[in-house]
Amino acid sequence: MSAAVFFGCTFIAFGPAFGLLLFTVAGDPLRVIILVAGSFFWLVSLLFSSLLWFVAVQLGNKANAGVQHGLLMMGAGASVLLQEAFRFAYYKLLKKADQGLAAMSEDGRSPISIGQMAYVSGLAFGVASGAFSVINVLSDSLGPGVVGIHGDSPYFFLTSAFLTMAVVLLHTSWGVVFFDACEKRRWLSLMMVIVTHLLTSGLTFLNPRYEWSLPLIYGLTIATGGWAFLTAGGSVRNVWRCVTCSRLTPTFWSIQLCSHQLRIDGQSQHSQPLGSDLLAFSPLPPPPPPPHTHTHTHTHTGHWCPAPRRTRGEHKDSDCNYLLHVSDWVFVVKQTAEGPR
Amino acid sequence: MISSDSEEELYTERTALMSANSSAMPSYQERDGTPGSANVQSNWRRLAASQPANPAERSSGTESGPASRDAGGEGEEEEEEELILKYGAKHVIMLFVPVTLCMAVVVVTIKSVSFYTQKDGQLIYTPFTEDTDSVGQRILNSILNTLIMISVIVVMTIILVLLYKYRCYKFIHGWLILSSLLLLFLFTYIYLGEVFKTYNVAMDYPTLILIIWNFGAVGMVCIHWKGPLQLQQAYLIMISALMALVFIKYLPEWSAWVILGTISIYDLIAVLCPKGPLRMLVETAQERNEPIFPALIYSSTMVWLVTMTKRSVDPGEPLNYTCNADNYRDLEIEANHHVAEGLDNVADLPPTQIQGVRQSAAGVEELEEEKGVKLGLGDFIFYSVLVGKAAAGASGDWNTTLACFIAILIGLCLTLLLLAVFKKALPALPISITFGLVFYFSTDNLVRPFMDTLAFHQFYI
Repeated sequence: MSAAVFFGCTFIAFGPAFGLLLFTVAGDPLRVIILVAGSFFWLVSLLFSSLLWFVAVQLGNKANAGVQHGLLMMGAGASVLLQEAFRFAYYKLLKKADQGLAAMSEDGRSPISIGQMAYVSGLAFGVASGAFSVINVLSDSLGPGVVGIHGDSPYFFLTSAFLTMAVVLLHTSWGVVFFDACEKRRWLSLMMVIVTHLLTSGLTFLNPRYEWSLPLIYGLTIATGGWAFLTAGGSVRNVWRCVTCSRLTPTFWSIQLCSHQLRIDGQSQHSQPLGSDLLAFSPLPPPPPPPHTHTHTHTHTGHWCPAPRRTRGEHKDSDCNYLLHVSDWVFVVKQTAEGPR
Repeated sequence: MISSDSEEELYTERTALMSANSSAMPSYQERDGTPGSANVQSNWRRLAASQPANPAERSSGTESGPASRDAGGEGEEEEEEELILKYGAKHVIMLFVPVTLCMAVVVVTIKSVSFYTQKDGQLIYTPFTEDTDSVGQRILNSILNTLIMISVIVVMTIILVLLYKYRCYKFIHGWLILSSLLLLFLFTYIYLGEVFKTYNVAMDYPTLILIIWNFGAVGMVCIHWKGPLQLQQAYLIMISALMALVFIKYLPEWSAWVILGTISIYDLIAVLCPKGPLRMLVETAQERNEPIFPALIYSSTMVWLVTMTKRSVDPGEPLNYTCNADNYRDLEIEANHHVAEGLDNVADLPPTQIQGVRQSAAGVEELEEEKGVKLGLGDFIFYSVLVGKAAAGASGDWNTTLACFIAILIGLCLTLLLLAVFKKALPALPISITFGLVFYFSTDNLVRPFMDTLAFHQFYI
């Protein structure tokens, strides 16, 4: 027990969470707020479940160890149910906030999607749950002592750290699946989330028989992670594309009215940029047309142009945009990954 | 013991969260050369808040919160609210970070340096001892301590407001400089001494004098005159942490909790009541278009402006200029990344013309004034006192500390939300301290036994 154990167990327990936070949450202020609020909701659920357990213990027989054990299991079960209830409450709150954000935004879209909120809220619950479970254990590991000197398992710290990591990942997956189930009203998925949560908590009751609890919990973690991945829209193809680093095929072309091009003294000058409303979207992915190819006619009125007709003076910049000059008007034709919503 | 009236006023005026002042801001369109363009651009993402026409007015903008005003164009209300929320999230994070840092410094110090948890007497402001025989006597003593402390704070605040009203600036500045000197030199010296003792670091006086002198001198310059914004923020966080540590050490247990509760009520009254001293201070400062004193307020961001360039392609005008309204703070302008943000929607223009056109385009499109939210240093201090007391408490439980930390952050978030709605100076203490107190007592008494029992058996919930 020393700094080595402390740092090792901290990194095991919170390494994945820290990585996820750093790369996906820390950059976006809205997600950070959702994270903190999610932790708060988990904390409130813990408060209520502790209250329940405390009252039960006070009313029960304090001397009887079996009764206390039973009450503890009851308290843990109630805590799981309360956590899921508060997750549902948080879902409702986030839905309202999402509607508010969408109503207030310029183009009627919320800056964050419900899927992202599901992920961040799951992570929030996970981080809070993991932190509250293991932080006292970690701070004790910094001090002097010998683990398991009275016959308990010497792997206490290590297994605690691994269990915490599993809990964090599980909560993240549960968040994603739960929100999706609420969105699509799949009550069976919802039940499955609650059942797996109860199962996980129940499996920890097998401790310190780690050869039973740890592999099963990790199996559950991987399965739930896969389930969440599929729920979020992932697929083997996506993974393959990510692994082989293939470029994302643009599936949409957008055409924006860029500016009114004035011809002054033979040198084109641009007046002020006008509104860049998106005029047209292509549902099909056209291949990039070779230069000087006139393939289709186009219209100005916002209909789909499969391939832009480019007159002289086309410019292609590094961002795969094309400029389309039509008489005095300049259109910017961009490849975008997202279509109209 | 350590007693100085200067340390009192440090936290009297700092317990307010400053926000927007919408009245003094001229509209965006006034600066716009061609009013017609405002309508055209109504679809574009306008990051602009309004821009004062002259630097003198902009000083009132330094106190503006995340609210934004823009004139012209339909959809103004939605834009404004969306901008509020957009900036609201960013400003919440801009306050989360320093508050978290201050609390982290205090908690780490409390947990490692034992000096700040030892009982070495009490301040003269809390003369009644808590080593009494009966619980009732102890409660009575803590209430009396609280009354004395709060009345001292009220008196100090009123004196400060009167001095400000009657323009005794020299006196106030002298007072503030004296208190900053005390914090930056004496308290830092004591703090460093205790840290060295804890970690058994061998240190000689010449080196220590060099370190303290540099630290203190740079701190004085940064806080009271000019300095890089982040350095100033760092110094303000450090002096808040030092002040909070002093309170944690010298306030007796129960008195500290009662004081925390009472001071949040006082904050509520002082900032919201029409005759409240803090409100009068804020309003007088706004009337005179002066910033509230340095060394009392933490400002989350620099205020800068992008000039409106002409519509024509003329890159002659500089894209930004140094703002000079803050007579106490010289803020360097770094506009590049903001300009870059605003250029998303600009068409890709012929490369030869890009530079000039980009400038004009950016000037037209983007009239951005990065406004920050200001948080009084007293708020930092009392948040840190709460979390530090939770960390230093008898059980030394980390769950309690974490719970208080989350509660305070949520309270701050809610306060900022209210700020975005009401757009005037709000007390930052009540909501956070209430949540903090509720969560402290409930976590300490209910959650801690539950989690301890679960952790003992290695059960996870």
